[in-house]
Amino acid sequence: MQRVGVFVCWCGTNIAGTVDVVAVAEALKSEPGVVFSANYQYMCSQAGQDMIKEAIKEHKLTGIVVCSCSPRMHEATFRKTAAAAGLNPYMVEIANIREQCSWVHKDMLTGTEKAIILGKAAIAKVNLNAPLTPGESPVTKRALVIGGGIAGIQTALDIADAGFPVDIVEKKPTIGGKMAQLDKTFPTLDCAACILTPKMVDVAQHDKIRIFSYSEVTEVNGFVGNFDVTIKKNARYVKEDVCTGCGACVEKCPMKRIPNEFNLGMDNRPAIYIPFAQAVPKVATIDPNACNMLKNGKCGVCSKVCAAGAIDYTQKDEYINEKYGAIVVATGFNPISMDKFDEYAYNQSKDVITSLEFERLTNAAGPSAGKLLRPSDGKHPHTIVFVQCVGSRCESCAEKGKEYCSKICCMYTAKHAMLTRDKYPDTEVYVFYIDVRTPGKNFDEFYRRAVEEYGVKYVKGMVGKVVPEGDKLKVQASDLIANKQLHIDADLVVLAAAIEPDKSARPLATMLTASMDTNDFFTEAHPKLRPVESPTAGVFLSGACQGPKDIPETVSQAGAAASKVIGLLAKDKLTGNPCVANSNELMCNGCSSCANVCPYGAITYEDKEFRMPDRTTKVRRVAVVNPAVCQGCGACTVTCPSGAMDLKGFANLQIMAEVDAICK
Amino acid sequence: MQKITREQLLAKASELLSNGTVSCVLGWGLGEFDYDVTPTIFKSVEELENGFVFNDFCGANFSKYLVNKTAKLEGKILVFLKPCDTYSFNQLLTEHRFDREKVYAVGIPCEGMADIAKVKAISGDGIAAIGSNGDKLTVTTLYDDEAIVIDTNEVLAERCINCKSKKHVAYDELMGEEGDVTQSNRFDEVARLEAMTPDERFAFWQNELSRCIRCNACRDACPACTCEKCVFDNPSSGVENKSPANSFEEKLFHIIRAYHVAGRCTDCGECSRVCPQNIPLHLLNRKFIKDMNEFYGEYQAGAEVGSRAPLVSYTTEDLEPGEVFNRGENNA
Repeated sequence: MQRVGVFVCWCGTNIAGTVDVVAVAEALKSEPGVVFSANYQYMCSQAGQDMIKEAIKEHKLTGIVVCSCSPRMHEATFRKTAAAAGLNPYMVEIANIREQCSWVHKDMLTGTEKAIILGKAAIAKVNLNAPLTPGESPVTKRALVIGGGIAGIQTALDIADAGFPVDIVEKKPTIGGKMAQLDKTFPTLDCAACILTPKMVDVAQHDKIRIFSYSEVTEVNGFVGNFDVTIKKNARYVKEDVCTGCGACVEKCPMKRIPNEFNLGMDNRPAIYIPFAQAVPKVATIDPNACNMLKNGKCGVCSKVCAAGAIDYTQKDEYINEKYGAIVVATGFNPISMDKFDEYAYNQSKDVITSLEFERLTNAAGPSAGKLLRPSDGKHPHTIVFVQCVGSRCESCAEKGKEYCSKICCMYTAKHAMLTRDKYPDTEVYVFYIDVRTPGKNFDEFYRRAVEEYGVKYVKGMVGKVVPEGDKLKVQASDLIANKQLHIDADLVVLAAAIEPDKSARPLATMLTASMDTNDFFTEAHPKLRPVESPTAGVFLSGACQGPKDIPETVSQAGAAASKVIGLLAKDKLTGNPCVANSNELMCNGCSSCANVCPYGAITYEDKEFRMPDRTTKVRRVAVVNPAVCQGCGACTVTCPSGAMDLKGFANLQIMAEVDAICK
Repeated sequence: MQKITREQLLAKASELLSNGTVSCVLGWGLGEFDYDVTPTIFKSVEELENGFVFNDFCGANFSKYLVNKTAKLEGKILVFLKPCDTYSFNQLLTEHRFDREKVYAVGIPCEGMADIAKVKAISGDGIAAIGSNGDKLTVTTLYDDEAIVIDTNEVLAERCINCKSKKHVAYDELMGEEGDVTQSNRFDEVARLEAMTPDERFAFWQNELSRCIRCNACRDACPACTCEKCVFDNPSSGVENKSPANSFEEKLFHIIRAYHVAGRCTDCGECSRVCPQNIPLHLLNRKFIKDMNEFYGEYQAGAEVGSRAPLVSYTTEDLEPGEVFNRGENNA
C-alpha cells in the first residue's frame, strides 16, 4: 500500500474563490492510502514546495497528489520537488482543480464537490503508480525552417549564425515572402526591399543554410531531436545549379500573357519567369500550366537561348529525406479573398483594390513603376477612399470574414494615406475606420502625423456600399461622429483586407501533430510564457503563422524561436519520457495493429518461444517496443485488440481506477 | 442444394492426402444429428470416408481453427473454404495469426446454408434425420409418420439470404467457378434499427440480449476473437467476472465484443449462427461496418491481405470526430 500525501493549492483566489480548499483537503484525508493532507495558498511557491518536501520526509510518503492547476502548467515543477525530497518524480499525480474545475464553475458547492472527485481519481491512480526512470535519445543537430518569408529568413540566419545547419523550405520559387512585395515599411518608412534583400543574400551565401525553394514538406515522422522529413522539390524544369539568372529566357519566351503572381495579377509574366529582380535563388522557373513546350511539346525557345544549358524539360519532382532535431514553422499569412464582399464592388471594378495591391502599385518595381495610377485607365486618382477592417473584427459575418483584428491594417493604411498625400498633395484621401489601433513604439505618433501634418481625412464609420458609375466609384458611407451619411465620388478604393494563415498551414499542422486554433493559427505552448513553442516538443513558431504580426514583431519572434532551437540543438542528448508503451508478451497476438498505428516506428516483432502448460514449446510472434523511440502517445494501447499493450504511467488499470473513483 | 457434392470433396481431399500435399484435412464431420455438423481433423482417407460430411448445414467457418491447428499439427492442412470464409482467412493472415505456408486452401462454391432454427420452426422439434433431395430438405421427426418436405430457399440462413460475396478472395485451388461480389441488402435491418428512437432501440436490444446465457459460443466461434488471452477470461484485466450491477449490465459483453472486433469483423455471421438463443448478434457488427463505410468509404475487412482498416489508418480527408457526434445527435 502506498503512503499518499495530498496537497491542495488555493492558487490565491483562482481556486479558493470557487472551491472550498479546506473541505477538499479534509475530505481526501480518508481516501485509501492517504496519510497526510494539507492546503496552502500557493503550492508552487518556494514555501509550498518546501512544505511538500518536508511532508515527504516526515510522513515517509511514497506518492503525492497535488490538487492544483493543469499538469501542463506545473507537473514538471512538482516532479522536481518530489525528486528533491528523494521521491521518484513519477510518483506525483496532479488533480487539475483549476482549469477543469474552479475556472469553469461559479458555485462553491458544485466546485468543491467536483474538486473532491478529481482528487479521489488522482489518489486512485497514484496508488497504482510505480517509480519510472527515463531513457535518453540523441539530437540531430540540424534545423528545418518551413517558410522563407522574413520570419523564416531571420530564424534561419540566427540558428545558422550559432553554428547549426539549417534548411529552409519555401513553396514559391524565391524566398522573401510578403515583405518582398511591400513598398515602404511603417513607422520609419524605410524601403522594404532595402532591408530585406541584403538578408536574402545573407541566407543564400551562408555556408550553414540550404534553400529548398519551389519545394514543400510532404511527410514528417519522428519526434523532438529526431524528426524524419520528406521534402518534395517540385520540378522547375531549370537546373538550379546551372542557371545563372541572366533572364534571356524570360525575355524570349513567347507565352507572355500569364498573370504575374508577384504583382497580384496586375501585370503579366512569361511562362518562364524569375519572380523579381532580387529573387533568391535567382533561378528561372517554368510554369508547367503555361509552357507550350511542356503542354504540347512545341516551342523550346528558352532552351535555345539559354547559354548555360540550364533548361531541362524532362525534370521530375524530386523527394529528399533529411533528419532534423528541430522544426520551425514560418508559413506566414495571406490577405483573405474579397470575393464574398460584393458591397465593395471588388470584382466589378479594377479600381477597387486591396492594400497589398496598393503596395505593388506604389512600388518602384511594381506594374506601374511606382506611379500611383488607376488600374482601369492609368489615370492619376484624385480622390482615394481607404476602407479599414474589411473582413476583420467581423463577428456578424463569420462566413466571409474573421472575428479577430488583423492588427497590421491600421498602421499600413496610415502609411498608404500619408505617402499618397506626400507624393500627390492634390489627392484627397479618406480613411474609414471602426477604431484606429496604434499601440507600438512610434506608432501613434505616426498615425497622428498622417492626420495632423498630411491632412488625411479620417472618418469614424464604415463604408456601406461602393458602386462603379462611369469612371467614378460612388462610395456611400456613414460618419458616426457627425451622424450623417457621406457620398463620395472616388477614383480609387483601397480595401484593408483581413489576413489569414496560409492555406498550407492546416495540412502541415496535421503532419507535425501541432495544434491550431479555430482560425488555423498555430497555438503556442503557453500564450505568455512559451509564445514561440508549439505544444508539440521540437516544433517552434515564427511569425504570422501564430497570429497577425507586423515586421518588428515577426523579427523578434523569429529570433526568439531561433534561440529556442539553438538551446535544443546545443544538447547532445535529450532525456526521454519514461511513460512509454510496453507489451505483455503473454497476451500479445502478434497481429501488427500496434506497429501499423505507431507514428514513431517504435514497435518491431520477434518470434519468441513459449513454454505451454502441456510442456510443449510454441513459437509466437510478439511485439517489442523500443523505449528510446517510443513517445508514449498511447495510440498502440488503444489499438491493441488483446489489451497486451499498455502505457507506463497511464496503464489501463490506472485509468480504470480513476474512472471508478469518479463514478463511485 | 449445393452445387458441389460430398463425393467431389471427398475425392479431392483423398487425392491431396494420398499424394502427400497435405498431412491432414480440416473438414466437416458427423455430429450427433444430421444438422449438427462438427469441424473435424481427418488424418487418413479411411477417417474421411467414415466421417466426412457435406450437406446444407456445413456453415462452420474453418478459418479460425487454423490459428491453433497450424501451430500444433505437423505438415500442411487442407482446409475447405466457402466464399465468405475466405474473408476471415485473409483477415487472420493480415493479423499474422497463422502461417500461410502451412495451409492448402481449397475454395468451394456455396449456394447458401440452412438455418436449423428455421427448419425447426416448420418441422417442430424432435428431428431424427434430414435428407436432401434437389432443392428440398426431407425432415423426419419422432412425431410425424411422413417426412416433412421443406424448400431449402425457405430456410436459408439470414447471412446467406443477404450473402455479401460468392467470390473467393483466397485459395490455392478453386473447385467450381469463380463467383462475384454480390449486391446484398445486408444493411437494411441496421437501417431499420437506426430509424428507431433511442428508447425503442434500447427496448429491442434489451429484449434480444435478455435471452443471452453467456455461453460464450459467439466469442469462441468468431474468427476475429482469437486473442491469446481474452479480456473476459483474464483475472488481471480487472473486468473478468465482474458482478453486474443490474440484470442488463452483463449483456454489455456483446457491445464490448462488437467494439473489440470493429474494423476487423468480416461479417461472416458465425456469431449469430452459433448462438443457441438465436440472438441477431451480427447486427451489432454490421452497424459498425455500415458506419465505417459511410464515414470513411467502403471497406471490406479481409478482401485483401494487409489492408489497413479505416479505424487504424489516418488520412487528412478523414471525417472530423465532431461530424460523428452530430450524426449521433441527429439520430437521437
